[in-house]
Amino acid sequence: MRFQLTEDQRALRDGVRQLLARRFDREALRAAVRAPGLDRALWRGLGEAGFFALRLPEKDGGVGLGLPEAVLAFEEAGRALLPGPLVATHLAAGTVPGAATGEAVVTAVDGGLVEWLAEADVVRGDAAGAVPLRSVDPLTPLHRVASVSPTEPAAVSPADPVAVLLTAAEQLGTATRACETAVQHARTREQFGQPIGAFQAVKHLCADMLVRAEVARAAVYAAAVTADPADIAAARLLADEAAVRGARDCLQVHGGMGFTWESEVQLLLKRTWVRTHRGGRVTESEETLAAELLS
Amino acid sequence: MDLADTPEEQEFRARLREWLAKALPTLPPKPSPEDWPGRRAYDLGWQRMLYDAGYAGLHWPVDAGGQGATPTQHLIFLEETEKAGAPYVGANFVGLLHAGPTIAAEGTAEQRARWLPPILRGAEVWCQGFSEPDAGSDLAALRTRARRDGDDYVVSGSKIWTSHAEVADWCELLVRTDPEAPKHRGITWLALPMDAPGVTVRPLKTLAGSAEFAEVFLDEVRVPVSGRVGEENDGWRVTMVTLSFERGTAFVGEVVACRRVLGELARTARENGRWDDPVLRRRLGRLNAEFRALWRLTQWNVSEAERTGGVPGVGGSVFKLRYSHARQELYDTAAEVLGPDALDLDRPWTLDRLSSLSYTIAAGTSQIQRNIVAERILGLPKGR
Ligand SMILES: Cc1cc2nc3c(=O)[nH]c(=O)nc-3n(C[C@H](O)[C@H](O)[C@H](O)COP(=O)(O)OP(=O)(O)OC[C@H]3O[C@@H](n4cnc5c(N)ncnc54)[C@H](O)[C@@H]3O)c2cc1C
Repeated sequence: MRFQLTEDQRALRDGVRQLLARRFDREALRAAVRAPGLDRALWRGLGEAGFFALRLPEKDGGVGLGLPEAVLAFEEAGRALLPGPLVATHLAAGTVPGAATGEAVVTAVDGGLVEWLAEADVVRGDAAGAVPLRSVDPLTPLHRVASVSPTEPAAVSPADPVAVLLTAAEQLGTATRACETAVQHARTREQFGQPIGAFQAVKHLCADMLVRAEVARAAVYAAAVTADPADIAAARLLADEAAVRGARDCLQVHGGMGFTWESEVQLLLKRTWVRTHRGGRVTESEETLAAELLS
Repeated sequence: MDLADTPEEQEFRARLREWLAKALPTLPPKPSPEDWPGRRAYDLGWQRMLYDAGYAGLHWPVDAGGQGATPTQHLIFLEETEKAGAPYVGANFVGLLHAGPTIAAEGTAEQRARWLPPILRGAEVWCQGFSEPDAGSDLAALRTRARRDGDDYVVSGSKIWTSHAEVADWCELLVRTDPEAPKHRGITWLALPMDAPGVTVRPLKTLAGSAEFAEVFLDEVRVPVSGRVGEENDGWRVTMVTLSFERGTAFVGEVVACRRVLGELARTARENGRWDDPVLRRRLGRLNAEFRALWRLTQWNVSEAERTGGVPGVGGSVFKLRYSHARQELYDTAAEVLGPDALDLDRPWTLDRLSSLSYTIAAGTSQIQRNIVAERILGLPKGR
């Protein structure tokens, strides 16, 4: 057993992190909030870098890597708060022309919602009659569909374990960013003549954020290795918890500033909320894990 | 990233399983929890069997009499022994998991020769005399005094919450040798013989009704200077070595046991009809997620220790924090499954529920662990 990143996996993770730092830094994130819309050039850039074709066999023009590598890439996307229907497009690579290269933007009906419907070239699942709603997340436009069609192709059905796992990886990345953002603020913001991070009430919020993120990381990486349905369900529950509670605690550490539109904390929290609706509901994961206890 | 056994690990696991299948049926019946001499004999007997089979001190270095196994092999050992229902390390806990490794790392050749073989052979039991009535979380506030008199230290003071003190032969004892020095400087680490004149052990009853720990009173006890591990007044540094061992893999077997309990809970719930309650069912599902993740985190930490070749790091605090709460949640959920039976002390889960309450206190409280995570991993400033 060697449950650690390999050299290649580290290199891949660092490569994606650098690419996103170049193409989608804090400034770009703010700019995207001011002018929402999918950045097609960035999407193609991701395609060129192999983000969507990561798991496609080399003979089909893909990168030929596996689930662990995809999880690392999606974790970085979650950490950068990269917007767009990333999971649906990744899953469509190899079946929808142009998805692998980032020429096409593919979205999917999932959890009664469709993300980025107006910007998508291809929609998987039945989105007929979908109505727009005023999305809570400024960077994820949403439509609601009347009912989820039972005839959806399996690859994009809400319970697709790969979609669930990649979403968990995004949550993990965002949880990590929330912890880093909170710690950064706690080190610099002063009250009562000292950094607020010296106060135990603040310190313990940060420690709990880290613990939740690290436990989620172990679960998400292990699920990527085993691809076991119960491991994936566990990864999903822990990553959701780490991300949503992490973003909330990050807001608390920021005080009044955390409650402003200007602060990036709102973006962290709102995106984690959107993701909890993907891939079936949380209760489905809990039921999967309960059933597994009796198997 | 990889979770499968290597060929060597596979072979190690297979050999161990085979040995366990033969060895366990030869064990004597388990003594009752109140029978302390019986428990000591049982635990030491198991250690002796491990010794004879070449499994004693698996994770200790070879030059300390151990087997020099990799951290992953040690993990496999803990996993397989728990799965097979082998005895827990019990009374040998302190000797095998912290006093022994500390002496191996910091002791002289004579000290290693004197103390390590009896620990491995299952001949001697150690306990840990760190905490005092006024020095628990603030361990360095300890006041037990030791003054030099010829070739001896003369020790007076008292220790508290000393687990297994009643049956121990030796105690890893922290004493203050320089009352004038700054708090963390004037401390010394001594090996105290528990049968020395002036040592009085008074058992303390836990809330679970048993006498797992004790108060230890020290009245002018003479401890030879040759029993000092590390330099005089350098005991705090030695203590940090000891504590880093304590949190390493100490809970691995327990995580395996908790996963088994969870499965038993689910089956019990199905039999008694509680399974039909979706809220309870999902709570069990969440606990499944929790213990799966804790097991993965263990595998991650062990692989990391193997990669860095070092002493377990602060990652142990991350694990301990989450695990201690998960274990309490597990037995609270057991109470929901059992209904009124949860109030019956003759049900093992009731005692487990009571004993799980100590997990957020013993070996450093959750609050202290959070301070460690925040200050040493996240780099937040120290509080005043
Ligand atoms: C079952 C069991 C077995 C034990 N076995 C041993 C043993 O074999 N040998 C041994 O030496 N000791 C042993 N201990 C002692 C154990 O290490 C201490 O109980 C523990 O470190 C806490 O110290 P305390 O009991 O003095 O509590 P205190 O330190 O008085 O703590 C009381 C409360 O105050 C909080 N607190 C204290 N300081 C801070 C702070 N800086 N910030 C925030 N909160 C704080 C604590 O978290 C806790 O909630 C055992 C304890 C138990 C329960």
